[in-house]
Amino acid sequence: MNKKYWIVIIGLFGVLACSKEMIDRFAGFQQPVNFPEPVYNIAGNEVTKEAFELGRKLFYEPRLSRNNTVSCGSCHIQSSAFTQHGHDVSHGIDDRLGRRNSPPIMNLAWMPAFMWDGGVFDLDLQPIVPITAHEEMDETIPNILNKLRSHTDYPGLYQKAFGSSEITTATTMKALSQFMIMCISSDSKYDSVMRGKSSFTVEEQAGYTLFKQKCNSCHSEPLFTDNAFRNNGIAIGLNNDEGRSEVTLNPLDRYKFKVPSLRNVQFTAPYMHDGRFLYSGSRVRSL
Amino acid sequence: MTEMTIEFDNIMGGQNLFLNAVTYTNAIGEPFTVSLAQYYISNIKLRKADGTEYTVPQDSSYFLIKESDPATRFARFKVPVGNYHQLSFIVGVDSLRSTMDITKRTGVLDPAGGMDDGMYWGWNSGYIFLKLEGTSAMAPVDPSGQRKYRFHIGGFGGYSAPTINNIKTITTDLTASGIAQARTGRTANIHYLVDLMKVLNGTTNVSIAANPSVMFSDYSVNIANNYTGMFYHDHTEN
Ligand code: HEC
Ligand code: HEC
Repeated sequence: MNKKYWIVIIGLFGVLACSKEMIDRFAGFQQPVNFPEPVYNIAGNEVTKEAFELGRKLFYEPRLSRNNTVSCGSCHIQSSAFTQHGHDVSHGIDDRLGRRNSPPIMNLAWMPAFMWDGGVFDLDLQPIVPITAHEEMDETIPNILNKLRSHTDYPGLYQKAFGSSEITTATTMKALSQFMIMCISSDSKYDSVMRGKSSFTVEEQAGYTLFKQKCNSCHSEPLFTDNAFRNNGIAIGLNNDEGRSEVTLNPLDRYKFKVPSLRNVQFTAPYMHDGRFLYSGSRVRSL
Repeated sequence: MTEMTIEFDNIMGGQNLFLNAVTYTNAIGEPFTVSLAQYYISNIKLRKADGTEYTVPQDSSYFLIKESDPATRFARFKVPVGNYHQLSFIVGVDSLRSTMDITKRTGVLDPAGGMDDGMYWGWNSGYIFLKLEGTSAMAPVDPSGQRKYRFHIGGFGGYSAPTINNIKTITTDLTASGIAQARTGRTANIHYLVDLMKVLNGTTNVSIAANPSVMFSDYSVNIANNYTGMFYHDHTEN
């Protein structure tokens, strides 16, 4: 498969529901009809406009980094489907480099485990990793909470969002989660076909048939990932990242990585866990 | 209900434990000092002679014992009046709490922790049950230029895929060195000597030279097995 270029065109581009265009029509968390039940416990963190907006502000808040230079948005850039376009591995504070490619912030409510190796099992716990990672934001949670507490806006925003101006680890993480789970991609051409609202062109139908044969076993519809950890046969990376086995300690999991979604794939370059492929043409031409 | 405490009095091989100041020697003859020693104690249960048990409500049953902070050497909780003959507790954090919603992780369980003395792994969501760090002439020079050893032991069994489980339950028969008599207006104190030398010495005699950094790995299981032997019930002050 590595030697061939697949041409698979099925229209997977869609605007994310957390983007500016969509916010004016804010309607809370909407379950797309062709999607399964979310994994994230929505009932435990009901999405409100106030908490969502707080979460968005935090996502773009450089105070979450040691020297107030790097925000979540620095690596997860909205116009490239919240990935770090132009970087193979992530580029963080003081120009330090990470070892993995930034994945998109997209359809996370349906994701049972986060990171390429699945080491984080709850979205509410995920932001702790970049905030405290030396090569990402290099900060501590107690420090960021103090920075937010002494800021003129935040206590009021927490009050509006959670009914208390107290700024805690839990409320901060819940707000970030609200923003992130709202980044839903469910209005692509593909989705509208699945909902019977339009139909594929001949070219798209051929692409979809090929996709079903060659890709769907791992990049399963409708999320275009089965969220399993697999080795797709690319060579071991130069940094010998062992992937899933680092968190399970199971030798059978060596070099397995989470199957990434192919939604918005034309914007998520570069590809694979270490961003080794710059163009999707290294693997596929278009989706 | 009345107050009861368990005192965790850290020692090192029969001597008092002093951070940084004293050099100790492990079973295989390696010298070392200790700069950081801390561990979680949780899920306290007491049993009477007739077999009835009292489980301290979970929300009040998590303690982080830090050698650097004398105020933390007591686990303090409430029990019904009575005579207790057996005590059990977990070294670490149970798997249920390890996977609970973040709103249920406050106080010592706040994953925010701190930086160097934090007891939480972000990249592999889970608590670090025990940390022992210090220097040793036998440890290789690390990137910071020091000869440090670092043991960070955790692992609750895994969330979606099974992995190491280093949750350890310690059960002590209190009758030999003094049962705990819970009485109104008094605080019974169950006094343990906790010999941190057992982290290194035991079924596996750990070499600092060979294992200067033990964190989330199969080898950590040996260290967790070792330290189940570090709790000695010395006496009870009733
Ligand atoms: C320095 C760049 C950088 C910064 C800053 C950063 N991230 Fe990331 N993010 C990454 C990388 C790289 C990964 C993949 C890490 C891995 O798999 O080990 C990732 C993974 C994630 C994931 C998991 C997605 C998935 O598909 O598994 C989420 C969610 C996330 N980041 C949210 C955030 C939030 C929230 C912040 C701010 C608190 C943030 N990120 C800051 C680079 C960054
Ligand atoms: C055996 C399971 C499997 C099959 C079948 C499969 N993939 Fe993948 N794919 C993966 C895994 C796993 C990764 C991530 C690998 C890594 O990062 O090391 C991946 C990564 C990708 C990426 C990079 C995405 C990104 O955001 O980094 C693209 C594009 C892709 N696959 C397209 C396809 C297409 C098109 C097909 C069908 C022709 C296909 N894959 C079939 C498992 C599979």
